[in-house]
Amino acid sequence: MTGLGKDLVGLEPLSAEQIRLILDTAEPFKEVSERAIKKVPALRGKTIVNLFFEASTRTRISFEFAEKRLSADSVNVAASGSSVSKGETLVDTAKNLEAMRIDMVVIRHGASGAAQFLGQRIASNVINAGDGKHEHPTQALLDLLTLRDRFGRIEGLKIAICGDVLHSRVARSNIWGLTKLGAQVAVCGPATLMPRDIESLGVTVIPRIEDAIAWADALNVLRLQLERMTAGFIPSLREYNRVFGVTSERLARAPKELLILHPGPMNRGVEIDSDVADGPHAVILPQVTNGVAVRMAVLYLLAGGAPGPGQAMGGEER
Amino acid sequence: MTTRTPLLDETAIARALARMGSEIVERCGGTDGLALVGIQRRGVELAYRLKRIIDRAEHDNIPCGKLDITLYRDDLQTIGPRPVVGETQLPDLEGRTVVIVDDVLYTGRTVRAALDECADFGRPRRVLLCVLIDRGGRELPIQADIVGKVMTVAPDERVDVFVSELDGRDAVELVRGP
Repeated sequence: MTGLGKDLVGLEPLSAEQIRLILDTAEPFKEVSERAIKKVPALRGKTIVNLFFEASTRTRISFEFAEKRLSADSVNVAASGSSVSKGETLVDTAKNLEAMRIDMVVIRHGASGAAQFLGQRIASNVINAGDGKHEHPTQALLDLLTLRDRFGRIEGLKIAICGDVLHSRVARSNIWGLTKLGAQVAVCGPATLMPRDIESLGVTVIPRIEDAIAWADALNVLRLQLERMTAGFIPSLREYNRVFGVTSERLARAPKELLILHPGPMNRGVEIDSDVADGPHAVILPQVTNGVAVRMAVLYLLAGGAPGPGQAMGGEER
Repeated sequence: MTTRTPLLDETAIARALARMGSEIVERCGGTDGLALVGIQRRGVELAYRLKRIIDRAEHDNIPCGKLDITLYRDDLQTIGPRPVVGETQLPDLEGRTVVIVDDVLYTGRTVRAALDECADFGRPRRVLLCVLIDRGGRELPIQADIVGKVMTVAPDERVDVFVSELDGRDAVELVRGP
């Protein structure tokens, strides 16, 4: 049986088998969140720090629920209001937290590679909750779980990732996860928001949104990351919506019905229209529900400690 | 060298389960408010077999569920990699007589975990423990109410239970050696 190692930095270093292990482990955790008492004692006594250097609602709350439902003790540290604002370095902050005997750090940071950098320098488990434009592995895992729920498989699916691919760590993690599990991936968006050499990741570029819609089984619509745009990448939001927006008119012309994913938060009327986001084919809220289960699975698997003998054979009490 | 000694064959298991089924009904004074809960994995198959035996004899349809105790184990900090977590699917336990079903009773730690997990789902009126094999070696003050077969097994020996639904055959074997 394969473990996950010490840290979850991204999906790039993981094998298909490890990704499947996380998805399979997430299944029973879905049920825990449906119980009247939404709590199991699996991580009792573990201390987890949620270290968020960037704004986040969904991911931070989702991690917090996952931690609480596993009975871990967690503390939230935001960059503003902490000694980070006094100029303390990332490693110093983490080492100080570690001196208080923590077990895990969930980190979101604006710099690509921050999670890996930290993981190499502290003994606690590190989980990447989004680092710059690099990866956002738990978001891709919940997207994979949602796709697998709806289609029963990932292999052979055609997934189009649309919009601001350049700034998107969600896109990168999705590309790694989907291609490792045998899906076909296309990216679609304005040339200014398309990274150079994106094809080297094993994806096809489809320049027109109409063609992407005609090709795909599911669309993962990315958020236009206006806060990261320092230069004029698009002429205007209205023009973006007119050329690349996922609208019900465009979807109506597709040969088949498409599943619509969005990592949130949505810019309604920009990359996605409200009637699509609230329509019958959107799985945006099931994605959020799956997020808690996937994060519980990751926390649970990483807390596993050193590899030892596998599960006892059937019959014998373990 | 590993040696396997047969303890129960298909017929012996069927006879034991038939008796255990009637014992459950007898001890509970009927099937009113009765619920069976099997512990993953082979306890689940045994619970569903007991359900069929009781349903047939009593012309009833008693609720039956499955319980995975992995997340309630007391050794999660020391074992690894984590075993795969199975499905938990329980009927309403509130106010019922719940019979926990497992294949082998050994240290009692699995049953302790099962009791804790059941308590998070509701408050049964009464809980009974029903096992196919009681091999002794308890580490906690837990005993079974309904037992298929009691035997003394040394700590370095193992009891393997096979059920046809999962293993293609019904058997109980004593395993010596690595």
